[in-house]
Amino acid sequence: MPEVTPEPTAPPAEPEEALTAPLVVEFPFTRSLGPVRGAFLTGLRERTVLGIKATDGRTVVPPTEYDPDTGAELRDLVEVAPTGTVTTWAWNPSPRRGQPLATPFAWVLVRLDGADTALLHALDVSGPDAVRTGMRVRIRWAAERTGAVTDIACFTPDDGPTPEPAEPAAHSGEFDDPVIGITAPARLDYTYAPGRAQSRYLRALGERRTLGERCPSCRKIYVPPRGACPTCGIATAEQAEVGPRGTVTTFCIVNIKARNLDIEVPYVYAHIALDGAGLPLHARIGGIPYDQVRMGLRVEPVWRDGSRYPDHYRPTGEPDADYDSYKELI
Amino acid sequence: MPALPRDIAVVAFAQSDHVADSHEVSEAEMVMPVLHDVLDRTGLKARDIGFTCSGSSDYLAGRAFSFTMALDAVGAWPPISESHVETDGAWALYEAWVALLTGEADTALVYAYGKSSPGDLRAVLTRQLDPYYLAPLWPDSVALAALQAQALLDAGLTCEDELAAVATRSRAAAADNPHAPLRGPRPQGDHVVAPLRRGDCAPVGDGAAAVILAAGDRARALCGRPAWIRGIDHRVEAHSLGVRDLTASPSTRLAADRAGAFDRPVDLAELHAPFTSQEIVLRRALRLGDGVTVNPSGGALAANPVMATGLIRIGEAAARIQRGESGRALAHATSGPCLQQNLVAVLEGES
Amino acid sequence: MSKEPVAVVGIGQTAHVAARRDVSLAGLVREAARRALDDAALDWRDIDAVVLGKAPDFFEGVMMPELFLADALGAVGKPLLRVHTAGSVGGSTALVAANLVAARVHRAVLTLAFEKQSESNAMWGLSLPIPFQQPLLAGAGGFFAPHVRAYMRRSKAPDTIGSLVAYKDRRNALKNPYAHLHEADLTLEKVQSSPMLWDPIRYSETCPSSDGACAMVLTDRTGAARSPHPPAWLHGGAMRSEPTLFAGKDFVSPRAGRDCAADVYRQAGITDPRREIDAVEMYVPFSWYEPMWLENLGFAAEGEGWKLTESGVTALDGDLPVNPSGGVLSTNPIGASGMLRFAEAALQVRGRAGDHQIDGARRALGHAYGGGAQFFSMWLVGADRPE
Repeated sequence: MPEVTPEPTAPPAEPEEALTAPLVVEFPFTRSLGPVRGAFLTGLRERTVLGIKATDGRTVVPPTEYDPDTGAELRDLVEVAPTGTVTTWAWNPSPRRGQPLATPFAWVLVRLDGADTALLHALDVSGPDAVRTGMRVRIRWAAERTGAVTDIACFTPDDGPTPEPAEPAAHSGEFDDPVIGITAPARLDYTYAPGRAQSRYLRALGERRTLGERCPSCRKIYVPPRGACPTCGIATAEQAEVGPRGTVTTFCIVNIKARNLDIEVPYVYAHIALDGAGLPLHARIGGIPYDQVRMGLRVEPVWRDGSRYPDHYRPTGEPDADYDSYKELI
Repeated sequence: MPALPRDIAVVAFAQSDHVADSHEVSEAEMVMPVLHDVLDRTGLKARDIGFTCSGSSDYLAGRAFSFTMALDAVGAWPPISESHVETDGAWALYEAWVALLTGEADTALVYAYGKSSPGDLRAVLTRQLDPYYLAPLWPDSVALAALQAQALLDAGLTCEDELAAVATRSRAAAADNPHAPLRGPRPQGDHVVAPLRRGDCAPVGDGAAAVILAAGDRARALCGRPAWIRGIDHRVEAHSLGVRDLTASPSTRLAADRAGAFDRPVDLAELHAPFTSQEIVLRRALRLGDGVTVNPSGGALAANPVMATGLIRIGEAAARIQRGESGRALAHATSGPCLQQNLVAVLEGES
Repeated sequence: MSKEPVAVVGIGQTAHVAARRDVSLAGLVREAARRALDDAALDWRDIDAVVLGKAPDFFEGVMMPELFLADALGAVGKPLLRVHTAGSVGGSTALVAANLVAARVHRAVLTLAFEKQSESNAMWGLSLPIPFQQPLLAGAGGFFAPHVRAYMRRSKAPDTIGSLVAYKDRRNALKNPYAHLHEADLTLEKVQSSPMLWDPIRYSETCPSSDGACAMVLTDRTGAARSPHPPAWLHGGAMRSEPTLFAGKDFVSPRAGRDCAADVYRQAGITDPRREIDAVEMYVPFSWYEPMWLENLGFAAEGEGWKLTESGVTALDGDLPVNPSGGVLSTNPIGASGMLRFAEAALQVRGRAGDHQIDGARRALGHAYGGGAQFFSMWLVGADRPE
């Protein structure tokens, strides 16, 4: 492998704006429920609210399969009323994505009749003046119910009489077609920002140059640069172009197609030590049958319009590099 | 708390400026200057440190294993004895304190960082909640704190004027805190979720902090006036708000008791209260009288780099002891909805 | 100042399967915790503190799930600490718990690690798209396969070694009722003809994706004296980390792993691990990591680890059995996999490993690693109380 000592390019005159891009983290989580949570959510589907008797005799709603104070296993389900009393509330003038109501509403903790603990949900009222702690409320059931906490659409004010305290009746928790799992979609939106060093690297890629950063202490060139030499623990700022040619230091042949990855299999995923770089970067090898790729193969990038990265690296035709020349760069 | 086998102290503290948006730097780029700063204060090099522990959250970053890249800032070579907690850095400090107690190390570097700006913190924190009963409703952190605030109002334990006074006092105190984004008085503003107004809520921001711990004579050699950890303890409560008395914080009370906070009065307290109403709860739990200076840094209401805010409370309290401004200080950190989990440390200077 | 000796008096694990559809997250962790408590003849109230570990929160889509699980773990009113050190987390979590006892902060600590990977999809959780980065791979196999190739080049090992490991571990798992994969019909030929996923790693040389949890009760001398079953005693424990990617990193034998093992042996007074250790539970998610770690952990000279595998030394009836439980290749609830290694090592020296018990095991090593082979945690446990 030719010995290349890259010359540092001039430091950037003005710090450039760091890059950002949207990042959506979204998944429909599949949650198994176990017996107690399954009974509660199935009950909601059937317009039945279940609680559970805790060790100290309290009725816990919504029920957990364990005592919230002691951790002891709980089993005895009971049925409580769809009406109850607000124990505290908060007025939400600007509902957010995913919340129970799209118009301004009150968050409430409600102690259902027969329960000793409170359940969190939304209360549909016209404004904050229509809510107070101690007010009576009633469940408004969702029209379509699947066995989820959202089967309670929300609470509404209730003008019926306050019932006398009564011990809730035992319930078997058994229903036809019990719900054993729920799907809980969750989406969070982020703005990803890779930082200064990576932004410089990404901009240079746009000019089809691979720009690393040299550690002022150990003099190794980091590519992609991370703004820090991770072994010396100091900032890197001096930029140095590496490559474009490099050596395949190790690789694997990928035979399984990954979801959301538009690469035909088999393909070669390789570690490539670009000439001058202190460590390898990772890329795909093309322009050679996959089963002829080898450690030590000399390669160069193949760029495609519209792509930030080299599409792949292909053989240069140079003789293979000697193992000793790259064995520290695997 | 039983007699401790070793005396351990905070010998240095450093923090970044806390900003609303730090998109120009990566986590490592944000953390590294703080680590250099804290090491410089003791003259230690990274390789001199016996144990390293950090606190951060993948969910803030939106990336799994996000802490692994922050390790770039440490210079972990040769390899270091190191651990990480997926929560506020105050708990990383606790883990490091235990490691020093065993005698396996004499110094520890503790750091924490949070970049909330990439995401929507109010939405992100909903993912902390019971995934069957609560998370599907997306109740945000301000809404939950507002339910707690209303419970306090209903119980006659506070009033809106008192909450506003907490906000005003905190931001006025932050006038002397060059790292805080909110310095000086602010209008209370509109309700975010009533009864909480804009001014009752901590800013959401990005930042990092670091602390160095040292044991015994090592601490005395590294620092003119170490802030000795006389006790530290943390406790958790049940998760569901509906089974808790939101007007009290029994876990804070218990942690403080175990940390020895009630053995003798403290003169200063740094409380991790992201909402004014939570300061009211904490003051009662900690039995802080009017003679105690609370949050001279401005507290979370002035600077709130989530996952570092609790560690900063310990650092701020320690820094005041080191400067001779406090003889015995209490630091508190919290995690989870409505003060579910709480940590209390008692720090003293040697007289 | 001396450390309090630490004893493992309770061990529990769930049945590990691809999807535990019969339990909630809380039910899963409680199953392991309850078994650990029962093993120690203790109840929730006897526990002073809980230390919980798991891998990325995105796997279950619950941020800091220890908050939600606090009451499920009987932790209300107690200290609850959450550890996350990537794949090594199960080991690190146990070591953090052990320190609480060693430092005499607490007398009885419940430590637990779990993963319920069926709540999402491991491939998704490990490969969240990152803007600006070129998508080249999904999952961990492609990441580690080039390092396996580098090992093969360096050691000149025959390319069948990986299949020997996989066959051995999957056979061992048949003796472990908790293991995820019970492939009674598996033959060496089937391993060797299984599809090549990430050449040189074959399908049957790859860890599964499991739901599962593991828990242990750690205590002091007083607690150990009350234990109904023999304890395992901690003789040495350490964690080491090095950066993810750096110039000069040796992915085949990371220095952090070597240093971590050396620290553990020093604490335990071990000078010849190959002779003095009776069983090893090491974190082998892809079969070739057995010979790689044998060298990294000092059981064989560089380039020689595969010879131990090939000659049967690491088999259940060999003189250095590796992964008698079936290992990560047979059971892999990621966040718990490290703790399972630690727990299985402890079961061996307690004589409570059932059908996969190594006769006369007195000292055993538990090993975990994570991240880009950058985080290591290990413990060495013995049947005898340390001096």
